[in-house]
Amino acid sequence: MTAISLKSLTISYGGIPAVHDVSLEIGDGESFALVGESGSGKSTVLRAIAGLAPEWTGEISVLGAPRGHGPDRAFARTCQMVFQDPYGSLHPRKTVDSVLSEPLIVHGLSERSGRVSEALDMVGLGQEFRFRFPHQLSGGQRQRVAIARALMLKPRIMLLDEPTSALDVSVQAEILNLLKRLRRDQGLTYLMVTHNLPVVAFMCDRMAVMNAGRVVETAPSSALRTGDFSDPYAQHLYAASGGDEIASKDGQ
Amino acid sequence: MSARDWLLDESPNSRMQANAGRFYRMGLALLRNPLAVLGALIILLLIATAVFAPWIAPESPVGQMLDRRLLPPSSANWMGTDELGRDIFSRVVYGARITLMIVALVAIIAAPLGLIIGAVAGYFGGWVDKLLMGFTDIFLSMPKLILALAFVAALGPGIENAIIAIAITAWPAYARIARAETITFRSSEFISAVKLVGASDARIIGLHVVPLCMSSMIVRVTLDMAGIILTAAGLGFLGLGAQPPLPEWGAMISRGRVFILDQWWVATMPGFAIILVSLGFCFLGDGLRDVLDPKQAGKS
Repeated sequence: MTAISLKSLTISYGGIPAVHDVSLEIGDGESFALVGESGSGKSTVLRAIAGLAPEWTGEISVLGAPRGHGPDRAFARTCQMVFQDPYGSLHPRKTVDSVLSEPLIVHGLSERSGRVSEALDMVGLGQEFRFRFPHQLSGGQRQRVAIARALMLKPRIMLLDEPTSALDVSVQAEILNLLKRLRRDQGLTYLMVTHNLPVVAFMCDRMAVMNAGRVVETAPSSALRTGDFSDPYAQHLYAASGGDEIASKDGQ
Repeated sequence: MSARDWLLDESPNSRMQANAGRFYRMGLALLRNPLAVLGALIILLLIATAVFAPWIAPESPVGQMLDRRLLPPSSANWMGTDELGRDIFSRVVYGARITLMIVALVAIIAAPLGLIIGAVAGYFGGWVDKLLMGFTDIFLSMPKLILALAFVAALGPGIENAIIAIAITAWPAYARIARAETITFRSSEFISAVKLVGASDARIIGLHVVPLCMSSMIVRVTLDMAGIILTAAGLGFLGLGAQPPLPEWGAMISRGRVFILDQWWVATMPGFAIILVSLGFCFLGDGLRDVLDPKQAGKS
C-alpha cells in the first residue's frame, strides 16, 4: 500500500508555478527524503500535501484517499507535520501543556491530561517541562514539543520539514535519534525534507533529488554510499556535500 | 514554600501557576519603572476617589448656596465655589465617577470591536481585509472630535450618547493595530500547526491570534485613555456631553470660562484634574509598553 502518492503535481504561489509535474510513490512505513538546494521546491511539496499550499493541480492521495486542497479535520488524524524553526512553531503565550492539549480539544478526545504526559514521556521530556512557556525551553526541547504535538493525534504519516536544520549539531543528533526511535516504535511513515545528505543516509530508505521545482532523480539511500547517481545535478549535489565522507561515515 | 517562590517557580505544576507566574513577572518589571508606578498610583487614586466619592466629598456636588457664590479657595472650600455656590472640590471628586465611567465604557466597547475586526481582516486577508479596512479607513479619515460631534448631534446630547460617539470614533485605530499585528504572524508556523490539526478559523482567531494582539492593544488603549478623557471633556465643554447639573470636568471648565479672568479657580480646578488623570494614563501606558511589548520600548 502506498502512504503518499503524488501524480503530476504542479504547485503555484500566486499564479507562479514553484513545483512542476512531480510524481512520487511513498510506501507505507517507508522513510523517504526530498533533497535539494534552497528554493528547489522541496518544502512546497510538503506544504501542498499538508494543505498549506492550496494552489495545485494534479493528484495527491494519502493512504489511498484523494486529498482536498485545504486543511481538513479527518486528514489531520492521519498526517501531521513538524516544522523547521522550533522558535517559530510554538505559540509564544501558550504553555507546553496547552500546546499539546490543543489537538485533543479540537478533536474532542478525552483523558487529555494522561495523553499529554504520555506524549512528553514519548519525546523524552520530563514532566517538569509541562507547564513551561516556549521562552523557558531550549531549541532542542522546543523541537521535542513540536514533535509531541504532531504525534498527539497518533498519525501514521509524518511530514518533516528540515526538523533539525535550525539546531546545534549535538542537539541535531538527539532529535534524529528520537525521530528514528519513534518511527520504529510506532511504525510511522516519514516524508522528510532536508538538504543534509548525511541525515538522509542515517534516517531514510529512499530519496528524491529536486532541482528548480522538478524531481531529477529518485534513488535508494544506499546510493549515498556508492555515489551511484545517474543525473548530472544529483552527482553534483553528492560531490558538493562531500560524498566520500558520507560513504566513509556510514561505513563506521 | 513562599508565595513568591511559587510564582517564580521555573517548573510550574499547573497552567494556572504558569500564568500567575507570568503576570507576577510582568508586575515586577512594571514596578521597576518609577513613572509607571506613579501613573498606576494616579489611576488607583482616580478609582478610589470614584468609589468613595460620598465619603471624600465634604458636600453634595449639586447643592447650591447662592450666598457664597464664586468664593476663592479657602480652608472651608478647598477649590473655591462656583457661580451657584457649589463646592468645586466636591464636584471634582464626584466628576471622577463620570470620567471613570466614560473611560471604562469606551474601552469596553471600542477595544473588543476593533480587536475582532482587525484580527479577522488580518487573518483572512484578500477581499475580507479590503472590505473591513475600507470601512475602517472611512472612519479614520474623519477627525475624531468632529465625528463625535456629528454623532452626538444626531443622537442628542447626553453622557450616554457621548460615550457611544467616542467609542464609534475610537475603534478604527484599534482595528488597524490588531490587523498589523495579525499580519506579522498569520503565516507563522505555530498558526500553520493549529490549522493542520483541523481547528476552525473562529477557534484560531479567538484563541491563538487575539491573545497575541492583546498586549499591544492594552498599551494602546491605556495611552488613548488620555485622548478619550479630553474628547469627553471637549464634548462636555461644547455642551454636548454631560448635561447640567452633572459634575463633568469638561462641562465645569465650560461654565468657568465666563469668569476665567476674575475667578480663575472655577475653570482651573477641573482642568488640573483632567491633566492629572491624563498624565497618569500616559505614564502607565508607557510603562506597560516597556513590559508587554519589548520590541517597541524606547520608541514613541
